[in-house]
Amino acid sequence: MRNYIYMDNAATTPTKKEVLAEMLPYFSEKYGNPSSIYSLGGQSKNAIEKAREQVATVLGAKSKEIYFTSGGSEADNWAIKGIAFANRHKGNHIITSKIEHHAVLHTCEFLERQGFRITYLDVDEYGVVDIEQLKSSITDETILISIMFANNEIGTIQPIKEIGEIAKEKGIYFHTDAVQAIGNIKIDVNELNIDLLSLSAHKFYGPKGIGALYIRQGVKLDNLIEGGAQEKNKRAGTENVPGIVGLGKAIELAYEKLDEHNKKLISLRERLIKGVFDNIEDVRLNGHPTNRLPGNTNFCFKYIEGESLLLSLDMEGVAGSSGSACTSGSLDPSHVLLAIGLPHEIAHGSLRLTLGDFNTEEEVDYVVEKLIPIVQRLRDMSPLYEKAKGEK
Amino acid sequence: MYSEKVMDHFRNPRNVGEIPNADGVGEVGNPKCGDIMKMYLKIEDGIIVDAKFKTFGCGSAIASSSMATEMIKGKSINEAMKISNKAVAEALDGLPPVKMHCSVLAEQAIKSALLDYSKKNNIHIDGLEDFNPDEDPHGEEIEE
Repeated sequence: MRNYIYMDNAATTPTKKEVLAEMLPYFSEKYGNPSSIYSLGGQSKNAIEKAREQVATVLGAKSKEIYFTSGGSEADNWAIKGIAFANRHKGNHIITSKIEHHAVLHTCEFLERQGFRITYLDVDEYGVVDIEQLKSSITDETILISIMFANNEIGTIQPIKEIGEIAKEKGIYFHTDAVQAIGNIKIDVNELNIDLLSLSAHKFYGPKGIGALYIRQGVKLDNLIEGGAQEKNKRAGTENVPGIVGLGKAIELAYEKLDEHNKKLISLRERLIKGVFDNIEDVRLNGHPTNRLPGNTNFCFKYIEGESLLLSLDMEGVAGSSGSACTSGSLDPSHVLLAIGLPHEIAHGSLRLTLGDFNTEEEVDYVVEKLIPIVQRLRDMSPLYEKAKGEK
Repeated sequence: MYSEKVMDHFRNPRNVGEIPNADGVGEVGNPKCGDIMKMYLKIEDGIIVDAKFKTFGCGSAIASSSMATEMIKGKSINEAMKISNKAVAEALDGLPPVKMHCSVLAEQAIKSALLDYSKKNNIHIDGLEDFNPDEDPHGEEIEE
């Protein structure tokens, strides 16, 4: 098979070799259960504690404030349900935004069915949450604000510091889904007044199936998973030791090389955006023009539909993603693209290409070169394009 | 996810384009749902001698349009009327369940173009009495 160009790094990233090497012994040699008292178990326990320290160091947190989970979705579910149920006596109101990941949105919808009241904040055309609306939504009943650090589709980075200050001033817990931000943005939980933060290893070149929730010391939340005494009685289940070791190594590596990573990705991103805009008409860039994740691009090509664009790119050996309805299994295009005010027909034509550490300038140029005829071919087939040309 | 047949018709769609002075033109679907099919027919002595299409939509919408035009070319109007969405999907070696509405759209595009032909020529076509080209194929029960 010829070289495959992977530009879907927001979906997942390959596990780096150095990370995998650290993990491997914990499958077959150092396989002890961390809860066992003999030395084989102790070895696993120590490995987990090392990883906890690695995560804590990156976040500016204490080790004991890091809890491992099965991934970002579990961390989001735990943070929101845990806070909601443990603080119900204080109030039943939660504030989030319209562009959260489904792990947050569907959890909030679940809580609505349990009698909680949820405010879904609007975002502006770039996908930035409305701070004024946030302030005016807060009531005596508000127990949690949950706003993502950076958006997974359009890459827009939220004013987390401002939100953290508001939450602190009002004495409301602040959770952020930082799944897309970790490995791309320097985050200090104290500086930003974050009380809970979700992260997932496979977004920063670690393995799948492992994540963590940062819980500020003293924050009251219920358990999500009951059972054994693991994670200080807060998250039951035998620990995914190889995964945890991989997460620790991956986050350490990511922050050792953060500046280099960001410089490279921003340069590739700008090259891709320029290439697309210089060569293709009737295209828009979704998300904030500058305040966005270093590797994120999200375009809408008018008059064509995203899935046929993805299929065509796949035929040329390029992997991307789309917010088109046809790739989500529902009939509506992405909730994020609708929230930034795009009409359905434009939102259907979206293409997300997310760059990573393994992409090159040559790959970016190849993708632009292939995109030009693909977009033209699909437009030539489209009755919307025909209509638009007629009107011009 | 898609059959080889679907991919073949997506890669090399048959009969893309327009027919100038077509005898029947039908457009179904809407941009909100992410798919629009426009079908052009050339009809001589009750036989569809040529069919072309333009489609805004996903891979299976493009493949369904392509297959539908292939299936009706050379057929009489009555034969074309009998082509169901199921027949289009089967000819493509099946469509994923969430994509069955694309084949419904193809069936409707044929009927919509024939309806236009019948109106222009003031002739009656059996089976078009209750046909509503604006009906949304997404909501209804789809024959799989």
